Amino acid sequence: MYTFSNRLKIGAIILMALGLVGMSIGFISAPGNVEEAKAYVAAHDDGHGDAHGADHAVAGQEAHDEASAEAHAAHDEHVYHQLSNRPWAALYVAAFFFFMISLGVLAFYAIQRASQAGWSPMLFRVMEGITAYIVPGGIVVFVILVLSVFHFNHLFPWMDPEVVAEDKIIQNKAGYLNPTFFLIRAAIFLAGWIAYREISRRLSIAQDKADDDSNFKKNFRWSAGFLVFYLVTESIMSWDWIMSVDPHWFSTLFGWYIFASMVVSGITVIAMIAIYLKSKGYLPDVNDSHIHDLAKFMFGFSIFWTYLWFSQFMLIWYANIPEEVTYFVQRIEDYKLPFFGMVVMNFIFPLLVLMNSDYKRINWFVIMSGIVLLLGHYLDVFNMIMPSAVGDQWYIGFPELGALSFFAGAFLLWVFRALTKAPLQVTRNPYIEESRQFHY
Amino acid sequence: MASHYEAPIRKPLVLGDKGYHDVSVDIAAPVEGRANKHWWIVFSISLAALLWGIGAIVYTISTGIGTWGLNKTVNWAWDITNFVWWVGIGHAGTLISAVLLLFRQKWRMAINRSAEAMTIFSVIQAGLFPIIHMGRPWLAYWVVPIPNQFGSLWVNFNSPLLWDVFAISTYLSVSLVFWWTGLLPDFGMIRDRAVKPFQKKIYGLVSFGWTGRAKDWQRFEEVSLVLAGLATPLVLSVHTIVSFDFATSVIPGWHTTIFPPYFVAGAIFSGFAMVQTLLIIMRKVCNLEAYITVQHIELMNIVIMITGSIVGCAYITELFIAWYSGVEYEQYAFLNRATGPYWWAYLLMMSCNVVSPQIMWFKKIRTSIMVSFIISIVVNVGMWFERFVIIVTSLHRDYLPSSWTMFSPTFVDIGIFIGTIGFFFVLFLLYARTFPVIAQAEVKSILKSSGERYKSLRAAGKPMYAIRKDGVVRETFIDDEETAVEAEAPSGATPAFNLLNTLGSFDASSQTPDKLQKVKGIGPLMEKTLNKLGIFSFLQISKMTDKEYNLLDELTGSFPGRAQRDDWAGQARMLLNTDK
Repeated sequence: MYTFSNRLKIGAIILMALGLVGMSIGFISAPGNVEEAKAYVAAHDDGHGDAHGADHAVAGQEAHDEASAEAHAAHDEHVYHQLSNRPWAALYVAAFFFFMISLGVLAFYAIQRASQAGWSPMLFRVMEGITAYIVPGGIVVFVILVLSVFHFNHLFPWMDPEVVAEDKIIQNKAGYLNPTFFLIRAAIFLAGWIAYREISRRLSIAQDKADDDSNFKKNFRWSAGFLVFYLVTESIMSWDWIMSVDPHWFSTLFGWYIFASMVVSGITVIAMIAIYLKSKGYLPDVNDSHIHDLAKFMFGFSIFWTYLWFSQFMLIWYANIPEEVTYFVQRIEDYKLPFFGMVVMNFIFPLLVLMNSDYKRINWFVIMSGIVLLLGHYLDVFNMIMPSAVGDQWYIGFPELGALSFFAGAFLLWVFRALTKAPLQVTRNPYIEESRQFHY
Repeated sequence: MASHYEAPIRKPLVLGDKGYHDVSVDIAAPVEGRANKHWWIVFSISLAALLWGIGAIVYTISTGIGTWGLNKTVNWAWDITNFVWWVGIGHAGTLISAVLLLFRQKWRMAINRSAEAMTIFSVIQAGLFPIIHMGRPWLAYWVVPIPNQFGSLWVNFNSPLLWDVFAISTYLSVSLVFWWTGLLPDFGMIRDRAVKPFQKKIYGLVSFGWTGRAKDWQRFEEVSLVLAGLATPLVLSVHTIVSFDFATSVIPGWHTTIFPPYFVAGAIFSGFAMVQTLLIIMRKVCNLEAYITVQHIELMNIVIMITGSIVGCAYITELFIAWYSGVEYEQYAFLNRATGPYWWAYLLMMSCNVVSPQIMWFKKIRTSIMVSFIISIVVNVGMWFERFVIIVTSLHRDYLPSSWTMFSPTFVDIGIFIGTIGFFFVLFLLYARTFPVIAQAEVKSILKSSGERYKSLRAAGKPMYAIRKDGVVRETFIDDEETAVEAEAPSGATPAFNLLNTLGSFDASSQTPDKLQKVKGIGPLMEKTLNKLGIFSFLQISKMTDKEYNLLDELTGSFPGRAQRDDWAGQARMLLNTDK
């Protein structure tokens, strides 16, 4: 049995406390009205916003001459909304990112069970520990969605009746994009995922004490069923929770793209937690070959992520249809560094460092690569949410780091608490011996 | 590779009491035997179809593309549908060999050889269509970026059609090399078994002088892994780029970002369906039921079911996002697909590709060979219609209603398509008679962990080999008690007569005796003893099996087990082939 080390627990609590402080600063310092927003922009008009501001000024010169004070006021109002959105967006990005990790692990776990993989049963308890976070993580995301529906923030423009009243395109989507249906869908998805997680976990523990394989077989069936449910709901979830923050934009690939991000991050966390537990003397039967395989999956799914990223980007860039291409225009103009930085972190970096098979067996190396990959996929979510929420007023500051730190702490606390609940290695899985003897 | 331990609950992949030698014999049998009547009938039909196709191609090229059913609005239909269909089918082979290799799926070993052959043959069919469509196929090299002095205009690197040229030719060459590399040890096996010098020569040539030394195996393993690594991104890239042919355009129904992965999933789907069709027949005709088992069929059905569901998910996504996008052209394109004049093609596509594989959720159905066979054909029909629906329904409603048309193929269109089917089967049937259709070297590598004999021996706690009192090392069989009893029982009154009965007698008046001492293990003394028993030729010795060796041991009483250890029969077979 694993006991939660005090150092780790205190570390996690400190992360959460620091995160709370950061987030509070974010919420308190958000401008309360248009005047404060103007003052804030004036004070912060350096750094990356600078070049853009200059461009804006030059390009807008002629327009400015004729521009009425009314337009000016509208612009200021807009900036005010963006700035007041910022702590909310930061919160949402971090909450979704950690939720996505546990959902990615859940999908990977179900695939392992449904495909009757022989190498991975040694890691089942680690995966089950990570998927425990799907309950609090999912509830937090759901609460944020509910708060959005009640206009605490403007993350989803289509929830704002004033915006919809003037927007014909969103009006046409109202049959799908309306608050009630949106929340019903979210509730169904979360209920389904959490239900599978709880059922599978219960069967997994029951199998250890059973004297036949009936629990194992039931788990196999539930996993196959879950994967069908997941195939459909994951896509819809990604349209609802992420794609709809840009309510005009659409991409058929979007759901699968989010899936790739989710699975890479999930597998990375499995590897990192397995390595940590191993280094503390738990998981004695997990050998370098298991880590090697996880690192191979990190590498492979990174390439898969890039494949989908490139497919989506290239096709939209190539066809250059205005209603689609604006998505990338905004990201390349205002988010150049995080947008391309993410591609470097999520593709070029793993391609170079995880290609060599020897490196995949060096534990600290996998941890270091994992940290870069996780930050890269955090940035990916950041790039998906922020442009519609805060426009060019993005920073990585107190609200962003605070939210990241808070949810990282919560994630660690919950996951490691779950790991203490059951023995770290399953015992009566029929493939356990294959997994123990697994050797590349 | 991975550990040899296998959980007992895994079902055996090689059924029956098969040892290493049995694998060689079973897999070499179709190559060494003669073609039966059925083979000739099917071959003649395929050849006739091919000839008809050649006629249609000659007519097209000599008269012009006007002989096809294309028109001003639907200016790309039958040819590109067939092209994409064949390229899609050509996906399963390399996927099975490379991707399933990376996922350590041992069951791939029974089917990878034929799947790869199928890949290569279908990519050849696919390649025919763009070349014919050029109108002047002798200028086909113009698609290659070569300097203008050769007469071409510099190629357009912005065009996905050109990317296709590179993708498919690279895919074909890498698949071919990968396939042939895997064939080397198997060709070597057939060469070593060949009795006639001509066969020996040919299989010696195609096996590139495979010797089976440790160094050969080491290089073989290395190159296989490198090629698998290369082939994996390639196999995904090919259909991705085929999808770019459509998705980079701005035509409603074609321009959609899900195309790359969805085309790849569809290609795997149709490729597995074709493998299923071919192998269900092949396992029966070539008596390979012990290697391509019902479990293999079931697993392929599961792959078909999964990829079919993914494809179905993509269909629905496209449909939904078309509505969600609010773009009226996009909305109309999909409405027209489902309810326009080609509604029947859309319905066929949906029912064959999405609905029909769902019955595989039932174990009874996915382990039924008959149903699997029918579904595999249904899926191939459905996948042909998928391409037809995507291509024709998107084009036939132009932006100008005055140019709206329908497409109907001419007899030339149909002739060329049937010709490629004929060509495909001609190649596949020739392959089935001349190539080892199962990667026997690979199957042998999993025999101990996954063969039924060894699994049951392990389960019974029996050893894999036994050394008898007289020093003979022999493999253990599942029902060993009985065979042991049989071997020890005195076998008839005149052992010498029994011996000659199976080995054949030697007529000293018409034949010259061979120098038996050339066989390692036969000395001058043993040669005399053998001659006394009536054994004079290598031919006789080459027919010796365990039974004869035991009889001989009984008769001579000297050096028991020696003949087995030195493999006299094998040596004699070699001598037979080299001396004469």
